[in-house]
Amino acid sequence: MKKLSLIPVLLVGALLIYAAEDFPEWGSPSAPASASPLSSHFISNTGVDTEVPNMVTAVLADYRGFDTMFETVVVFIAGMAVLAILKNSSGPNSKKKIFHIETEPDIIVTNTVRLLIPVIQIFAFYVLAHGHVSPGGGFQGGVVMGASFIMIALSWDLDTALARFPVERCTVVAGLGIILYGGIGLLSMFLGGEFLDYAELANIFPVSREMARYHAMLGVEIGVGLTVTAIMFSLYANLSTEGRLKGGL
Amino acid sequence: MFEDGSIINELFIERLNYLIYVVLLLIGLHAMIAKNNLIKKLIGMSIFQTAIILFYVSVGVKEGATIPIYLPEHDPHGSHASHSDGNETEQSNHGPVVLDAELVKGYSNPLPHVLMLTAIVVGVATLGLALALCLRIYQGYGTIEEDEILAKIEGQEMGTKPSVVVKSVDSSKPATSQSAKPASKPKGSSSPSPKRSKASPRTKAKATSPTTKAKTSGAKPVSPKRKAAASKSTTTGSKKSPAKPKTAASKSTTKAKPKPRAKPKAKPTARAKATSTAKKATASKPKPKTPKK
Amino acid sequence: MGLELFNTLILLLLVVAALIALRVKDLLTASVVFAVYSFLMCLLWAEMGAVDVAFTEATVGAGISTVVMIATIFNLKRKSSD
Repeated sequence: MKKLSLIPVLLVGALLIYAAEDFPEWGSPSAPASASPLSSHFISNTGVDTEVPNMVTAVLADYRGFDTMFETVVVFIAGMAVLAILKNSSGPNSKKKIFHIETEPDIIVTNTVRLLIPVIQIFAFYVLAHGHVSPGGGFQGGVVMGASFIMIALSWDLDTALARFPVERCTVVAGLGIILYGGIGLLSMFLGGEFLDYAELANIFPVSREMARYHAMLGVEIGVGLTVTAIMFSLYANLSTEGRLKGGL
Repeated sequence: MFEDGSIINELFIERLNYLIYVVLLLIGLHAMIAKNNLIKKLIGMSIFQTAIILFYVSVGVKEGATIPIYLPEHDPHGSHASHSDGNETEQSNHGPVVLDAELVKGYSNPLPHVLMLTAIVVGVATLGLALALCLRIYQGYGTIEEDEILAKIEGQEMGTKPSVVVKSVDSSKPATSQSAKPASKPKGSSSPSPKRSKASPRTKAKATSPTTKAKTSGAKPVSPKRKAAASKSTTTGSKKSPAKPKTAASKSTTKAKPKPRAKPKAKPTARAKATSTAKKATASKPKPKTPKK
Repeated sequence: MGLELFNTLILLLLVVAALIALRVKDLLTASVVFAVYSFLMCLLWAEMGAVDVAFTEATVGAGISTVVMIATIFNLKRKSSD
């Protein structure tokens, strides 16, 4: 029965290959995606409108900021859904738990990690804040930060990491990130512009309209980073212990 | 399509990349359909997603173009431009300028990058959620192979009310995998079909609960007996299992109503703790558990 | 021409890694090979000029996705039937 599944798969493949010959050559500047007026507008006008050198961050956080806000909400909902699925779940078939029991955290690993974690976290802040000028931004910085907490959980045990960042605080921080994002948007709406029209923030802060967009983008990226950090860590904590937050990897 | 050989030449040499993207897409799609293991299906889903993202990003590639970050001479802040060039200083003094079409061609297209950034993050969120569902399925059915799960679902649907109770009574030996299945089967089936599981075990529960109430005189003398029976007969040697009935027993003493029903459930799994502490547990949840002892 | 060769080589390695990740019977090996696949994707995108996408895939795909999958497999059976 499963062998029959090869037939539709190969049919789809044949259709795609038939369509592939209509594609433009790889890398030609006259490709439809590159020749569209929208992308040339973004490339030429990002510097003038927002003074942010990284076009991808500018498009992500300013021109398409609505998209990014709902993407953050999607990440938040995924974290909450994992919490809802795994909370109060029945215990595992505990045959396996014989093995993971009380091994001491290794001394080399813990001391190396103790030296590395501050550097990693500062790097995460750097990636977040420097996302305007170099590749980076809110997501990447948030994920690196969340990974540093997972590293604490892996080299000591999960209880040590949860003592620093309990799961209840994770959900609060995640919600704060979204409130920050939506709050900046609402603030611009109250000041007379549209939702997420950052230029209106120049009315209360003593900066020019372009620099208002620059700084609001940083605020928005911080919101995204907070949410992503909290959700990545709570995802790991829930999945490795099946919701019970005891034991784990 | 194959009128002359140049088509094959075009396809395989100039557009080889697209062919390989198609191959990756097909690998991912076939894995999602045909693999038996749920985790392999998820790996196939991720391969599919990343192959699509690869396709999109490669559509926006411009040959010889640089990354979509302004070069220092076009930098909007204008302070990093070199001072010695005659032409450039005008731009650097005026600050950000609108780039003309020639310069635009020198930068990669940022739009597919933005869309695919969102796609990657949504993909990882979906993967996390799917893995949580796999964990729940494993707790409910004891396996993550698709054919075994389907066989168990069909066995559930074929054997309706009596066989559920018969199976649970038979599985008095608490090999944990077996005890996981009947114990969780009412639990698993209680969510999709509450009526079916509520109706059947309750009749049996009413017959057996007076007997259990007669047997259980007090909280403390019974629970060590249950604990001894449970710990003797479990196949798990984990250190946590004796702890769980203790906490379950201690927690069950503090509660009034579920107390007589919670005691026969002093089994080594955490289910006892979960059901005795779950305040939201409806009355149907303790009741299907009482036939199993 | 060197760039085309590089692209083609990485693409072929991608196909090989995808096939291996789906064929091994041990789920832990499959996760690790899947991390290799993610890393090769990241390399490919960095070469194509999509640096933001490459950064995100490196952290998310080869980092978080692998760790989360291994944490789940820890609670499941490690051996798969196919």
